[in-house]
Amino acid sequence: MKFDTPATDNPIDRLKVVGKPTNRIDGPLKTSGTAPYAYERHDVVPNQAYGYVVGSAIAKGRISSMDLRAARAAPGVLAIVTAASAGKLGKGDFNTARLLGGPDIQHYHQAVALVVAESFEQARAAAALVRVQYTRAKGSYDLAKAMDGAVKPPPAFGTESDTRFGDFDSAFASAPVKLDARYTTPDHSHAMMEPHASIASWDGDKLTLWTSNQMIAWSVGDMAKTLGIPKENVRLVSPYIGGGFGGKLFIRSDAVLAALGAKAAGRPVKVALPRPLMTNNTTHRPATIQRIRLGATTDGKLTAIGHESWSGDLKGGGPETAVAQTRLLYAAPHRMTAMRLAVLDLPEGNAMRAPGEAPGLMALEIAIDEMAERLGMDPVAFRILNDTQVDPEKPERPFSQRRLNECLQFGSELFGWEDRNPEPGVTRDGRWLVGMGVAAAFRNNLAEKSAARVRLDRHGMVVVETDMTDIGTGSYTIIAQTAAEMLGIPLDQVDVRLGDSRFPVSAGSGGQWGANSSTAGVYAACVKLRTAVAEKLGLDPADAVFEKGKVRSGGKSVALAKAAADGEIVAEDFMEYGDLAQKFQQSTFGAHFAEVGVDAITGEIRVRRMLAVCAAGRILNPKAARSQVIGAMTMGAGAALMEELAVDKRFGFFVNHDLAGYEVPVHADIPHQEVVFLDEVDPTSSPMKAKGVGELGICGVAAAVANAVHHATGIRVRNYPVTLDKLLDKLPDVA
Amino acid sequence: MKSFTYERVDTPAAATAAFARNAGARFIAGGTNLLDLMKLEIETPAHLIDVSRLGFDRIEATGDGGLRIGAMVRNTDLASDARVRRDYGLLSRALVAGASGQLRNKATTAGNLLQRTRCPYFYDTNQPCNKRKAGSGCAAIGGFSRLHAVVGASEACIATHPSDMAVAMQALDAAVETVDAAGKTRSIALADFYRAPGTTPHLETTLAPGELITAVTLPKPVGGIHIYHKVRDRASYAFALISVGAVVQPDGSGRVALGGVGYKPWRVKAADAELPRGAKAATAALLAGAKTSHENAYKLPLVERTLAGVLMQAKG
Repeated sequence: MKFDTPATDNPIDRLKVVGKPTNRIDGPLKTSGTAPYAYERHDVVPNQAYGYVVGSAIAKGRISSMDLRAARAAPGVLAIVTAASAGKLGKGDFNTARLLGGPDIQHYHQAVALVVAESFEQARAAAALVRVQYTRAKGSYDLAKAMDGAVKPPPAFGTESDTRFGDFDSAFASAPVKLDARYTTPDHSHAMMEPHASIASWDGDKLTLWTSNQMIAWSVGDMAKTLGIPKENVRLVSPYIGGGFGGKLFIRSDAVLAALGAKAAGRPVKVALPRPLMTNNTTHRPATIQRIRLGATTDGKLTAIGHESWSGDLKGGGPETAVAQTRLLYAAPHRMTAMRLAVLDLPEGNAMRAPGEAPGLMALEIAIDEMAERLGMDPVAFRILNDTQVDPEKPERPFSQRRLNECLQFGSELFGWEDRNPEPGVTRDGRWLVGMGVAAAFRNNLAEKSAARVRLDRHGMVVVETDMTDIGTGSYTIIAQTAAEMLGIPLDQVDVRLGDSRFPVSAGSGGQWGANSSTAGVYAACVKLRTAVAEKLGLDPADAVFEKGKVRSGGKSVALAKAAADGEIVAEDFMEYGDLAQKFQQSTFGAHFAEVGVDAITGEIRVRRMLAVCAAGRILNPKAARSQVIGAMTMGAGAALMEELAVDKRFGFFVNHDLAGYEVPVHADIPHQEVVFLDEVDPTSSPMKAKGVGELGICGVAAAVANAVHHATGIRVRNYPVTLDKLLDKLPDVA
Repeated sequence: MKSFTYERVDTPAAATAAFARNAGARFIAGGTNLLDLMKLEIETPAHLIDVSRLGFDRIEATGDGGLRIGAMVRNTDLASDARVRRDYGLLSRALVAGASGQLRNKATTAGNLLQRTRCPYFYDTNQPCNKRKAGSGCAAIGGFSRLHAVVGASEACIATHPSDMAVAMQALDAAVETVDAAGKTRSIALADFYRAPGTTPHLETTLAPGELITAVTLPKPVGGIHIYHKVRDRASYAFALISVGAVVQPDGSGRVALGGVGYKPWRVKAADAELPRGAKAATAALLAGAKTSHENAYKLPLVERTLAGVLMQAKG
């Protein structure tokens, strides 16, 4: 099915199941510990051996020698895989560095060996006996030093590195009110609960991989390419994923090494990355240095917007696209954006929840707050004044829906923004300085081709199969809701099966495209099934109504199950997209509000309450969507106040590579959160009229918190995270 | 983790004898730190002697009106003991500021004192660390040092001691009771318990090999207002950037100890004497001779400000 004209009325609009706050159907499995995660699939294949990864001790250089004798002789050891023994390996399209290093080393903790043994403990003990001698090479680890040599990167995912519109330089130079400021965001770690983990089993030349992965089809392709085998010989199974946040969009060393280990040991092998290895072995959100220039008239109209960003990655990698949202968020006749990419020999940078937008808005939405302050304007009013309903770089192209102003206005009312004393540093609650901050949330909608298969059996049960993944987001549930709505049956008559490469290829989970795209694919398959059912029942597919387990048409009403009385009915289809996304800018919007307390004596910063108001198309499951936004707000609070991968600029690695060192918020950090969705449908997005919220939720949060800290203290921190050591010398004197 | 043997003993004599018998033995109680370190092969004991069932799990009054806290008393039980809460509030508050509920349920009094530094370079066996491997060097000096020591450090080591409990005990003049293989007992003032890193940061306490902690004693209560202020980026479940533990009397005199600034809970007698003159004077005495890096220099003003806040709070 092709979606190329805006949606009209369809069965989803009945909203009997879709749009209802619905408990996650995988919830009981998760909460009772019975959802089988990759490393726990003890039952899928017998005789599993254990692999343990050895990571490089240097960031850049060469292995001069490897002594495996002690490890080989250790109890229980079955095999050892190294680059020398593995044979020629390819590299996946989505990987920058090789997943098995040696003799050349590209980054710290790059895998250099896998030790396979009878037990986990034996594998781990033997891994410590692998003796590796390295020759270090000089590397580049400091973005601030490397930025001068940064270059213009090629377009990535269709995002141009540079844009210009109007005459930015003159407009900025002549603007009566100006801001020119530099902001930094640090490297971030996904820090998901479940580590990367895989079990690999070979049957002849056919590989089955039970793993934890967001994008099944991409990863089948990259496994095949890395191992040099046909795609048809790779099966990936990933039904449950304990968090991904972009860190599991691609295959990582656990997958490749499990496959190589299983081949070497001649039996199935399971590999999980140990927590201290994850940070430097896998991907992270790259740090940025950003320069933002804003020019405005004295009455607060932006006339010039300039945003430049520098980031680094391994050779062959890409930039953090931190300026992309600035091209669309606010009106101004003169604009420029630019991204520059430096070569850094730190571990590979890649996507993390709202790649680009998250760090971009961390900077931009402070800059907007600063500009409002310079203009003596309320930051909510300033944003509203500079709204645009069209793509500012292509004014003929409207937004399909853009209700940012309503988000800001409604949020202000709910949050009590009116009560905020505009003067910073004067609101007190005992020893706490109290402040409120606001920021816009903005993330584009991406609709991706997605397929599904639906089966109706003689009991009226419907099975949905698609290789879509549920990374904790609620995919199982919204897909079940979609099928139930389309076929007029209750939710418990739908059985959703996900995450298996034997199923039709879906959009996967990434870029907040999963919800709308995967359900649209299920919609397409259900349309096909409805036709087949109606025809089978001798009804007119054109006017058949599917309701309460029955199909009605022309005065006749027949049980849905009857269509499958003499055999299962199977329908498969996909949804693909025309040019609506080119004609209309499809985006999601929100407004984040945060209230913080800053201890006037110690500078400790604590969030007191948070609110998000979102406009993101039809909300398929308000309960799951709310959970997504709450989680994203929590992650944003972490980015604001504590998350930072500390770079050792001498040795080239992230030092705080465990959950003791890399702090993410705990419950005590997040006392109160509220999420509101505006009623909205976007007929240009898909027949579901939905968009996504999983990434919108984090966009702008950190800036709202940073702006609240400024409002509380009068201190502007432009380098994240906003920690007390950056406030201390500017706080009021203590008697 | 290296393979090891394990035995459980039921008397202190059996524990110390087992230690003498087995090269590379370590005592284990709650294991909340030791097991993590063993998994990373930072600790590689050949033999573990489980001392958690020696009966040192009681809190008793001492003859001079103080408390004897058994070495195996769990952090949770110590923090919630009515006598501790009434007479040694500083200790209770410091305990609940540390770790998490689950960890405090396992962690013991002696184990808490003996927990090792959380320096990230200590935890990464690819990096040089004099504390982990004598003579290998210190990667923290000149590296990521935001959390590191500002007093008492050496050219060989700038690690801090991570305990909150020990800060309170230092302020309360605690002493550590031990027994050795010969059955000889002694009491070591907590002030003399930790060794300065000097050139041998791998030697952390003045315990002799095989010497077993049996209890921690507290002298009779000193009254006053008890305040523990732990400063951290995250609201819970994080080690202190710095912490201030203080007992302040109505006349403004008192005692103060710091966490997160040195290799041990940091107390300077001269600083106690300066307390009536205020935070600035007391901090000057506490942090005399401090050496900072660009990344941890904030700890100096932070200590002074936090102590000022504590003194203000004590005044009410």
